[in-house]
Amino acid sequence: MHELAVAQALVEQVDTVIDQHGATLASLIRVRIGPLAGVVPELLATAFPLAAAGSRMEHAALEFTHAPIQVRCQTCGAETEAAINRLICGACGDWHTQIISGDELLLESVELETSPTLAS
Amino acid sequence: MCDTCGCNLTPGNKHLAFKPVAKGATAVSVLKGLLAKNDDQAGHNREHFDKRGILTINLMSSPGSGKTALLEATLVALKDEFTCAVIEGDLETENDAERIRAKGVQAHQIVTGTACHLDAHLVHDALHHMTLDGVDILFIENVGNLVCPASFDLGQHLNVTLLSVTEGDDKPAKYPVMFRAADAMLLTKTDLLAVLDDFDPDKAEAHLRNLANPAPVMRLSARKDLGMDAWLTWLREQLAAQRARVAIGQSRRPAIQSDGMKYHSVTA
Repeated sequence: MHELAVAQALVEQVDTVIDQHGATLASLIRVRIGPLAGVVPELLATAFPLAAAGSRMEHAALEFTHAPIQVRCQTCGAETEAAINRLICGACGDWHTQIISGDELLLESVELETSPTLAS
Repeated sequence: MCDTCGCNLTPGNKHLAFKPVAKGATAVSVLKGLLAKNDDQAGHNREHFDKRGILTINLMSSPGSGKTALLEATLVALKDEFTCAVIEGDLETENDAERIRAKGVQAHQIVTGTACHLDAHLVHDALHHMTLDGVDILFIENVGNLVCPASFDLGQHLNVTLLSVTEGDDKPAKYPVMFRAADAMLLTKTDLLAVLDDFDPDKAEAHLRNLANPAPVMRLSARKDLGMDAWLTWLREQLAAQRARVAIGQSRRPAIQSDGMKYHSVTA
């Protein structure tokens, strides 16, 4: 249920982007979430309209970019895909790995609409 | 990179930032952490701690795994050595803060209402109700929950995750986001192992290693005073390490974030 807090943070950030670019509203919001971020895209999608109600992104579509879990092995150097609760090297099986993808929680991009008279 | 004034826009990436998609519309590339505002506040909290040389530890676990009991025993054991303070997070009641105060230690209770986790802003507000001068170690007892607290940086230096032996030994496999964030895992209530035939401490540790987590695993019972020495020694070492960092103007974020952030700045 912390997805509502994440949705509120998302609305604040998009609001800032709208201001920065002198736009009137956001029409599409693209978010990249890895499984290890601890945020469930489906729940965020449910919470988003509540957080966005009455804002300049009320009617924006929310899109998710999937970020697969990838680890780099510190022992053999291989980069392999991994399961969320088995972050071991897919090549040699060692657990001394580093996450190189899969824990992202990023606002990737926003599509903005600008008022025709203000658009350059 | 800076997203405030637009100085991160260069001739090389401008086409990414302002890609026309339709008449009157602009696509803007942001690539900013969704919780950036929380993370900024967490960084600010960490500066408060570092300025005073305080070591801050975030305790996380399921409800009822013995976080408060561990704190009670720890505070009594360290009483003559260090000045400690505690921030308690619960949905309701002052009960836990009162248990800590009964040990003669400063405690502030955050009542979250319905929120399932603490965030950096709640902790910052709590700091304003506390006397931090002279404090050596600040413990933050997060809301009992194995899911949400792992996603919010509070400004702590270390995460300690408790797993009581009355829970399953496969909890690290079931809640990987939480256990991956642990800088130390404590297996608590080990005095009960004698009457439990379904919890294998070695398996719990193996599940933690499968998350690529090298964190030390300590087995203890706060109530029966078993295995507490290893935990107290670890705390002393961590405080010494924090003081050494502060002396050279450095800080530390919980283990989980350092590597990940390094790679993200490259891939982003």
